[in-house]
Amino acid sequence: MSFRVVQTGILSLLQDSGRMGQHRIGLTNGGPLDPVAFNWCNRLLQNTAGTTAIEVSFGGLQLEAQVDTFICVTGALMPLRINKVKKDLWRVHAVKAGDIVALDFAEEGSRSYLGVADGFQIEPSFGSTSTVMREKIGGLNGEPLQVNDSLPCASVTQRRELYLKREHQPHYQDMVTVRVIPGYQEAHISRVQQRLFFSQAYTVSQNCDRMGYRLEGPPISCDIEGILSEGICYGAIQIPADGQPIVLLNDRQTIGGYPKIGSALSLDAAHLAQLKPGGTVHFAPISHHGAHNALHLAASFYNRLPISELN
Amino acid sequence: MTLHSAGENALILYLGDETSAEVSARVQAAATAIESALGAELVDLVPSYASLLIIYDAFLTDHLHVRAKVHKALANLETTESGAEASTVVLPVYYAPESGEDLEALADRAKLSVDDVIQIHSQMEYRVYAIGFAPGFAYLGEVDPRIAAPRLTTPRTKVPRGAVAIADRQTAVYPAVSPGGWNLIGRCPIRMFNPQSNPTMPVSVGDRVRFEPIDRQRFFDLGGELS
Repeated sequence: MSFRVVQTGILSLLQDSGRMGQHRIGLTNGGPLDPVAFNWCNRLLQNTAGTTAIEVSFGGLQLEAQVDTFICVTGALMPLRINKVKKDLWRVHAVKAGDIVALDFAEEGSRSYLGVADGFQIEPSFGSTSTVMREKIGGLNGEPLQVNDSLPCASVTQRRELYLKREHQPHYQDMVTVRVIPGYQEAHISRVQQRLFFSQAYTVSQNCDRMGYRLEGPPISCDIEGILSEGICYGAIQIPADGQPIVLLNDRQTIGGYPKIGSALSLDAAHLAQLKPGGTVHFAPISHHGAHNALHLAASFYNRLPISELN
Repeated sequence: MTLHSAGENALILYLGDETSAEVSARVQAAATAIESALGAELVDLVPSYASLLIIYDAFLTDHLHVRAKVHKALANLETTESGAEASTVVLPVYYAPESGEDLEALADRAKLSVDDVIQIHSQMEYRVYAIGFAPGFAYLGEVDPRIAAPRLTTPRTKVPRGAVAIADRQTAVYPAVSPGGWNLIGRCPIRMFNPQSNPTMPVSVGDRVRFEPIDRQRFFDLGGELS
């Protein structure tokens, strides 16, 4: 029982909530670039949080169901068709063996999550099924989905057909404000330079992937060019010698020697990862305390948002 | 010692500002103390040359509590440089121009013979300062200044697995085929990262490493490959 990959799309990766606690052997986190959309996918499917789904970047994925089950797609606006009939995103749909599930190219945002009832049954490596291509770990042999890959899953006959109302669905715009917790080498970046960083607009360059988003804009100068290599947390914003900030994401290297101004709030980094090259980014400072608060509010909002059910 | 914010669920502790065995030993001791002080609140720790990145679960605790616990844990920190817990790992290396493409150039630059470079590289006991860059990539230091060499101006797109290399005063064994700009001086037949074995890596941060020169035949006997 499985889904067969008919067409891979630009980049489709099996992801669970990420590989945690393995930095000491040099393994990065992986996991969904947009955990908010990923979590909704599993929640609507009534799966355990963190169940393995497919992260589809930019669209173009086609699968053939070889099992009767339920699917759900959340995240970027990628038109979903089951046997060529257009279906809603953010909603559970029944599929039968033989059905073709197709995602078109993203009209808004760039990452979506295709989940299945009870998840794809993938053997975890180092505690996680998340695919990290750079490390060749996770997923099926550490690789993105390939044509004719077989993605095992259970046959499921009963699921409530839940959906998230349109007014509660996130929207992905071409402009994102990223809140930043100042830290790391911020003391080596002058007040004037920090003012510049927090007041100018940056553009997402062509150089943006699961490791990080390189931005283009007014260069930020830093007193120091390099530091002794140190641990890099999720969202850390490097200021390399050319002054163009790089926001480091899920597949970042775990240590590095460029100075950093601080780190992006995960809630906003998730939106950043939905931007395409050319998208606009503004930075705004937030205190460590404020960031903690924002995380907890977002979690509480997520837990209280009503889920709707068809009849 | 200073403790800074790093991210929404991360703090970074600086225990010095230079590469030295003493600072590294403090990092190790701090890691052990913080691990036991934070328990389940800890998500991950990244020890490096002079710092320790502390990643915690922001749904179990917050930065103020973590700061307090870290300060308390470090207040009576004792750094014992007995090395009782650290093991010494011996890694065999086939040093030759055919296994280390930059060996001759590095010797020329250092105005030494190839044999001298091999001898200098293999007589030192190194310390594992950090692991990162790629799975299983261990930064070893410090290399004798006579054979220290800057990174290549144009990095190679493909460095073979097992390549033994030098960059500045650091040395390492490439755990997998990858791009890289370090100077290649030999090849180690032991795998530095093997997901199928337990432990996955022969070394961890704080361990000591010695390189033992081996000949071509021994290299192949130990499973080495030249490609």
